[in-house]
Amino acid sequence: MEIFLYDKTIIVVIVFAITLVIAMYSTYAERKVSAFLQDRVGPNRAGIFGILQPLADGVKMFMKEEIIPTASNKALFIIGPSISMFTACLTSAVIPWGSYLEIGTRHVAMQATDINIGVLYIFAIVSTGVYGIIVGGWASNNKFALMGALRASSQMISYELAMGLSIVALVMMTGTLSLKEIVEGQKFIEGQHGGLWNICYQPLSFLIFFICALAECNRTPFDLPESEAELIGGYHTEYSSMKLGLYLFAEYVNMFISAAVMSALFFGGYNLPFSDFLSEFLSHNTIAILGTVSYMAKIFIFIFIFMWIRWTLPRFRYDQLMHLGWRILIPLALINIVATGAALVFFN
Amino acid sequence: MERLTNRSKVVVNKEMTFLERMYLPAILGGMIITMKHFFKKSVTLQYPEVKRKFAFVYRGKHILKRDEQGRENCTACGLCAVACPAEAITIVAAERKKGEEHLYREEKYAATYDINMLRCIFCGLCEEACPKDAIYLTEETVPSLYNRKDFIYGKDKLVQPLGTSAHPKTYKPYTK
Repeated sequence: MEIFLYDKTIIVVIVFAITLVIAMYSTYAERKVSAFLQDRVGPNRAGIFGILQPLADGVKMFMKEEIIPTASNKALFIIGPSISMFTACLTSAVIPWGSYLEIGTRHVAMQATDINIGVLYIFAIVSTGVYGIIVGGWASNNKFALMGALRASSQMISYELAMGLSIVALVMMTGTLSLKEIVEGQKFIEGQHGGLWNICYQPLSFLIFFICALAECNRTPFDLPESEAELIGGYHTEYSSMKLGLYLFAEYVNMFISAAVMSALFFGGYNLPFSDFLSEFLSHNTIAILGTVSYMAKIFIFIFIFMWIRWTLPRFRYDQLMHLGWRILIPLALINIVATGAALVFFN
Repeated sequence: MERLTNRSKVVVNKEMTFLERMYLPAILGGMIITMKHFFKKSVTLQYPEVKRKFAFVYRGKHILKRDEQGRENCTACGLCAVACPAEAITIVAAERKKGEEHLYREEKYAATYDINMLRCIFCGLCEEACPKDAIYLTEETVPSLYNRKDFIYGKDKLVQPLGTSAHPKTYKPYTK
């Protein structure tokens, strides 16, 4: 095997592990954030400050009885959560976690793969994630689950349109679909780039993208697919044990990934402010790792905002959801595209 | 038309302005409110370690008092059972025999004294009805149990243990 493949294998394993750990601790963070927003203290018994709570939850999930309804379609019932988790984990492949590391004379990119259609790849995988929900909901042979699955699919399809259109304006501006190049385009280079984040040029695009990301992750106020008050949990009504765990886990992985995508597209990704100034007395590797740390910080801030919104806003009604998606966000995104095009023609 | 109270409000269904229809300022306002709560002190008490202090007049589990010489006060007159609106008290009376004077204060005593804690509404009327200062409601709570029959508290659970002292006129639980 070539040394190149070793690098990639190590990066993939590390990214996978970090994704899972962050998703695991997002469940803990969610419980803590919700508790703090509601003047409570949250889990604090397992370990100091309840740090071991996700492990306890995991053990609980594995120990629970596995129930497969007799009237369900067994193969699809098992495939459903698997697709959800699988697609959620696939997305992290194109996300640039940092600039390259210098190991000896080789340059090792901190990214599983830099394909030139990275943004498209993410959209493709995320929309495949709908299958996990709809297959699981349909295979359960339960009306509530089916309703949840239908809502999920219609919601994700409608919001994917607006999401894609909002990105078109950004892509027109940057001229590339590769996430790495979009991040590099926000770097401060003397005389070339101002080093401004993309959000300064495309605030409307970011707003639409952010709202759609909430909807894509099935987070409040767009959590109609699993609205527990109306649908007893929606598509995962019939699920138990670790299959349920996979669904819930996939949601948190998705949240992490969409936070990562947002900070890469609009908030400069792994770029450090003053990086050329720092490079005078820090080695390249140190700066690269610092950049990754700042990227992680941005991601965590986004995850926190996701949770903050969840524990502030009530859920949309179904017709309001469709109204917002089709009659507000999509026209807005189209207007944004036209305006961006006009601005590009005007300034160049 | 004359209004009945000055608290009524006239409902105005006026058109929302563009800024209001965007909802974003309102959403931001809501998020600021929740963020204020983020930094507030939590109201939680760490229950098994810290217990909330009950009100001075809290009415919990009953206690059948003894007097200063350790004799049961109850004379099985049945006034508590009559006063009980939930009919939770069952008493079987017995006559004190020779040589039992150190156990019971009066000539008559309760051979069994059962309170069904599932029926009891903790109103404290038994305590008010008692002419002998025998029954009081303490600050202790009745725990949850698995069986219905475990909720019928007999004399073994109700009578003040020997050698303990508590002022009969207070609601405070007796201390060992």
